[in-house]
This record gives sequence, C-alpha cells and structure tokens, in this order.
Amino acid sequence: MSHRTTNHADKPPSDVDIELRMLVEAVYLKYNYDFRDYTGASQKRRVLAAMRVMECETVSSLQARVMHDAAAFAQLLQYLTIPVTEMFRDPDYYQAIRRHVVPFLETYPSLKLWVAGCSTGEEVYSLAILLKEEGLLERTLIYATDINPESLEAARRGVMPLERMRHYTENYQKAGGRHAFSDYYTAAYGGALFDRSLVEHVTFADHSLATDSVFAETHFISCRNVMIYFNRRLQNRVLGLFHESLVHRGFLGLGSKESIDFSSYAQRFEPLARRERVFRKVGA
Amino acid sequence: MAARDDDALRRALHEALRGRRIGAVVIGGSAGSVDALIQLLPALPAGFGLPVFCILHLPPDRDSRLAELFDERLPVPVREAADKEAIVPGTVYFAGPGYHLSVERDFTFSLSCEPPVHFARPAIDVLMESSADAYGAGLAGILLTGANHDGAEGMAHIRATGGFTVVQDPRDAQVAVMPQEAIRRCNPHLVLPLARIGMLLPMLETEKS
Repeated sequence: MSHRTTNHADKPPSDVDIELRMLVEAVYLKYNYDFRDYTGASQKRRVLAAMRVMECETVSSLQARVMHDAAAFAQLLQYLTIPVTEMFRDPDYYQAIRRHVVPFLETYPSLKLWVAGCSTGEEVYSLAILLKEEGLLERTLIYATDINPESLEAARRGVMPLERMRHYTENYQKAGGRHAFSDYYTAAYGGALFDRSLVEHVTFADHSLATDSVFAETHFISCRNVMIYFNRRLQNRVLGLFHESLVHRGFLGLGSKESIDFSSYAQRFEPLARRERVFRKVGA
Repeated sequence: MAARDDDALRRALHEALRGRRIGAVVIGGSAGSVDALIQLLPALPAGFGLPVFCILHLPPDRDSRLAELFDERLPVPVREAADKEAIVPGTVYFAGPGYHLSVERDFTFSLSCEPPVHFARPAIDVLMESSADAYGAGLAGILLTGANHDGAEGMAHIRATGGFTVVQDPRDAQVAVMPQEAIRRCNPHLVLPLARIGMLLPMLETEKS
C-alpha cells in the first residue's frame, strides 16, 4: 500500500473508539451477545444514537448502565441490531427466485428454507407469499432466526404498519405477485395483520450468526443486508455456516450490494443470477 | 489579466493548504450536483494520487450510472464503492443508491441500510463523518449545491477533526440551501465558486507539489 495509508493507519484510536471496543467486550462477557466483529462506522453511529436517547454523556457511562441494568441492555440491543427492512425489498430479487430457484425447489418432496437475520419478519412473509403462489408453501419448513427477541416477537405477530402497504403493494407487483396484495392481510391491531396460514410452518428462533452453529440442513438460505454489518472475519464465519447447512447444490440469496468475491468462499458458490445476488453451492 | 488572476488565486490556495497532508477527498451534493460534478471532476489530472469519494442524493430504486458515466470521461478510474472493498488511492468512488456508505478505520468501505438521514440514503453526513474518523486531519471535504441540510453536520465533523473544508459559494450554486447551511455550521476554510474549486482539486495532492 502507499505510504499515505501507512501514515493514517498509525493514527491512534480516539477515546470513543476505545470506549466502543470496551462496550462491545462488556456486552459480550456479560450478556453473551457478540458484536465484536461488526463494522465500526455503522456501529458507532448506532451507539451514539442510543446514548442520546438513553441520556448518557459518554460511551463509558452507557457501558456502566447496561452492565448493571438488564433493561438498559435490552434497550441498547435495539440499537446494536438493525431492524430496518421492507417487504419485497428489491423486487428483482424475488423475480430471480421465482425464475431461477423455484424450478429446482419444485423437484424436492419437502423443503427447508432459512431466513437468517429475519429482523421483524418482512422478508419471511414475502418469501412465504412467493412460495404459496408457487405451490410450495405446504411442503416447506421455514426457519426464521434473529438475535433480537423484540424483532422475533414482532415477526411472530406479523402486524406491519398500514402506511407501508402502498409501497409494499408496489414492490409485490414488481416482484411478480399473482394476486391482490391485500388478499394477504387484514386491518387489525392498528396495522396490517398478515394471514396466519403464511407462517404456520415457520419456526421463529433465537440464533446468532456470530456465535451459534448450524442447526439444520437447508435447501435455500436467504440472508439479505445482514452481512454488510459484519467484518470479513465474521462474514467468512457466516458463509461457512451457510455452506455447511446447504444441501448439495443448495441456494443462497444475498442483499443487492452484497458480495462473496472478497471472502474465502468465493470459489465455493457460483452466481445463478449475478445482479440479483442469487448463488448456488458448487458441487464437490 | 485572467492569467495573472489565476496565478494569484493559485498562490492563495497554496497558502491555505500550507502544512497539510491530504490523504483523501470527499465531495457531497444534492440538487444540481450532477451538473456541478460534470463541471468539476474533469479538473482531476491523470495520475491523481488521492482517493475521491463522491456522494450525491439519488432516487433509491434506480441503478445509478454515474460511475460509468464518469469513468468514460475522466482520466482516472471511477467506480461505485462496494461493501468491504479496500480503498485504492487515485480512484474516484461513487456512493450507490439505497445504502449509506461509510469509510472504516482500516480504509475499506462499508454499506448499511439504516434509516435515511435528512431523507437521504446514502447520506452525505454519514460518509463525511466516517471518512473524518478514518482520515482525521488528512481529509478534505467539499460540499456543493443542494436543497437540503445533509452535509452540514458532516462538514462540521471534518472541521472538528482537523480536516480541510471547502464549500461552494452559495451565489454560484444552482441551489444555495445546502452550502448556506454548511457555511453556517462549519465555518469552512474556503468558500469558492465551482470553477475555483476545480483549480483547487489537483492541488489537494499536497505531497506532489
């Protein structure tokens, strides 16, 4: 690298950087949530946002609070995780699943799908709708996992904000939806309550991509905009989990700006729909 | 007469940059900024040695062709910044639509989909603040035309971490709101019309001069 890079890399960590490292270390030791391999810039912004809301002047004082108050940690956890998602986000992705993955899935008598980092469930419901329309939902078991218990609870409830429905309807149509999107929800509990039959075969479970291991063999894993928050070491760990979980020639879907090119698994998945980020496990 | 003015300006700009070692340049803008960049970026000479990060407000659902457009026009390599990609000096990077772009302390890019900041994703503030954390006093921030307050906080952060700050003269900007707010918030080192920012750009590679 150039001399400039070296010079800047010598820059000592700032006080906030030191405090942030101590905070995630403390959270790991005390609560066993591992954020140590999350990328720094985004994590810093989210911790600073938590500090403002929780009225802590410094990261260190925030650390002291969450160390001695589990409720404060639960509050901080909502910032350390990133529950921002939408239904049928990137409609082209769902089109690609219909076109390139479904024909293979149809050949299996029973299917297991893993939505890793499912957050508040938008992707789970989207995929369930797609599978239903393709006639595959009945034979599919979906594992929807996340580390945030509040997000998992919201996902289980399946109530989305009504004001998002117009946007989601547009996405659904662009994603190749075959019905009226409103067929899948009713207005209830101050929101749009999604059809319970969609999640009849969904297991919502607490699972950490950073610390837990593979729990099932799966045919298709969808993990979108989760690994962008991880550094390369953790990305490699997660791709290792996925590679292990997937059946021979199984399918992996990532977020539209995510890449495996820089990972140690670059050769072990092949692009099936490169632009839409749908990959397939390379045969042994 | 014009030539002599240019010489005087160049001396003044050298004076403003004295003692600085710039390691990276970040350029932000909103309404009117595509035109502004079309005018500004051709000032980059072949072999320019610094990385340049460009971030404009874009519609979220559209593929951006900005990197391709500029790659054809500029003598330096231009591409869209990719997640976890190591920053290469001498390359112009564009933030793609729909994701925030940050620079990490190890000089790689990272993307994130946190909520928009000032209705914008990518947000100028996010890129500028993280770049300032990574490059410290070695960062030059340039804020151009726009109709929104994004970027003012980022420029203030660059200023606070010792970086060099340049704002387009609001009278010269297609929309004055963004540069005005930045001037109010960050007390920039220089306020210049676009043509003069173009003269400054090659001079930011201070170690060459």
